[in-house]
Amino acid sequence: MSGFVVENRIWDKAESLPRSDLQSLQSSRLRKTVEQVQRIPFYKQKFAEAGITPDKIRTLDDLQRLPFTTKADLREEYPLGMLAVDRKEVARYHGSSGTTGRPTMVAYTKNDLKTWSNLCARFLTAGGLLPEHSVQIAFGYGLFTGGFGLHYGVEHVGASVIPAAAGNTSKQLMLMKDMQVDALVCTPSYALTISEFILKNQIPREALNLKYAHFGGEPWTEDMRARIEDEMGILCFNNYGLSEVIGPGVSGECAVRDGMHISEDAFIVECIDPDTLEPVAPGEEGELVFTSLCKEAMPIIRYRTRDIASLNPEPCACGRTSIRMSRIKGRSDDMLIIKGVNIYPSQIEQALLRVEGTAPHYQIEVDRPDRKDIVSVKVEMTEESFSSSMKNMQELKERIEHAIQAITGLRMNIELVSPNSLERFTGKARHVIDRRKK
Amino acid sequence: MKLKQLSVFLENKPGRLRELCALLADNGINMITISLADTEQFGILRLIVSDCEAAKSLLEEKGFVAKITEVIAVEVSDEPGGLRDVLQVEEAAEISVEYMYAFTIKSGENAVLLFRFDDMDKAVTALQSAGFKVLDRVALFPNTEN
Repeated sequence: MSGFVVENRIWDKAESLPRSDLQSLQSSRLRKTVEQVQRIPFYKQKFAEAGITPDKIRTLDDLQRLPFTTKADLREEYPLGMLAVDRKEVARYHGSSGTTGRPTMVAYTKNDLKTWSNLCARFLTAGGLLPEHSVQIAFGYGLFTGGFGLHYGVEHVGASVIPAAAGNTSKQLMLMKDMQVDALVCTPSYALTISEFILKNQIPREALNLKYAHFGGEPWTEDMRARIEDEMGILCFNNYGLSEVIGPGVSGECAVRDGMHISEDAFIVECIDPDTLEPVAPGEEGELVFTSLCKEAMPIIRYRTRDIASLNPEPCACGRTSIRMSRIKGRSDDMLIIKGVNIYPSQIEQALLRVEGTAPHYQIEVDRPDRKDIVSVKVEMTEESFSSSMKNMQELKERIEHAIQAITGLRMNIELVSPNSLERFTGKARHVIDRRKK
Repeated sequence: MKLKQLSVFLENKPGRLRELCALLADNGINMITISLADTEQFGILRLIVSDCEAAKSLLEEKGFVAKITEVIAVEVSDEPGGLRDVLQVEEAAEISVEYMYAFTIKSGENAVLLFRFDDMDKAVTALQSAGFKVLDRVALFPNTEN
């Protein structure tokens, strides 16, 4: 673990508004947003279909009368059907990664970019960023919001950016070492690749000045945090966002690291049961839904993220008054239903991190050759764990089987594969191959 | 008196074993004997080769996982009862066999039994005091320098 201690600092007074002030701010901003989306034909029609006129939305409770917006809606409106301003007002375009189809484009006005930078500055500050620090951004730069979002956030705090972009791990390490970088920004999967490189090349910890890292862009687990922190000797912070809502900066952890503070002055969050669409109780897992309150170019109403998490309204020791969200447990559309059991890839990761002799690299393959689901998990063992004794290898396999069964309740076929034989990811990791016919 | 054995992890992929053999052949490494323990999903290949260290680094460069393990080579005459006699000695010394394989040398005159025991040092002592010939590298590779 790192000896680095993060001082509790709050970047923006909006983060610690009394709840009642926050709620009245949210109400007035919601009214404004509802007016604004009338300029978008999609929303105009949806409101008309639901028989709602903008003046009917007065309080936060009225929000629930508004329709949801889904990924499918955004695809339908590709590329700029959701734009609420004139194109000449747009300062920047980004897009979702488009891994499951064509990308969804998002737009920002100059003000939107300012808002976004400020939101990123909040979680960066909460997680230790000081103006004198330098931050290496190993996120992809491009349509993906991660690179530029964090870039402007770091600059807004007054710190310096090394825009390394994702990939070329040996160069990442060279920069980190030569530039004595204080903080790293990337996906947790890529951090794992970086950490492997450090261990393999026996780069001494003293050669680096790395103190902490901000990870986002994909779900990860507490066990993975422990692994990376232990291997790299740094503190790791979690942050969350998605391009449809704004990008990174929707929420992030403070020094207490017990959930991510949602910037509620900029977004209203709901947590719903993805089947019934009814709100779940605080602390219960459900799908997160966001309504933007400050966006000009592409305001969004009740966007269904597909991300599964829980909300914690309890006050945090750091002094921020906002609701905190848990880690993303998985995506409602990534969720595998195997033999009627809901499984998230993150559960496999969690299991592997608990078994000695395996690397947290895995691939889940689901097949239904007949009528029964068959799940195989390809697991990378470590070089040290290979033994010429069949008994030892079978035992390793069984330990993995038990760990997975303990977490998921299912028995899966474990296939041990050589170290470094599974694909490494510089961005979002892809862990599931589902060959079942739907 | 122990012999170096190379153990290699083999994924169940077509061509993997051939790839390994080609790599050793192309680099002039001779296999004295080879044994493959397999399961449905992976295999463990055990080899006695002319240059264990060189073979290991060649294989690792190509992404194989290889480890050097010690085994004991015992020479017995190639006739009924050869293996039994060795096992009797080990049983009496309360040592168990983790795995074993065998090959013959000198045109079928003698057999060499390769063992991995749970207690290797104790095994060597027991075998030697019972009069067995435990082979070293030189006995197996009379024509090589190292």
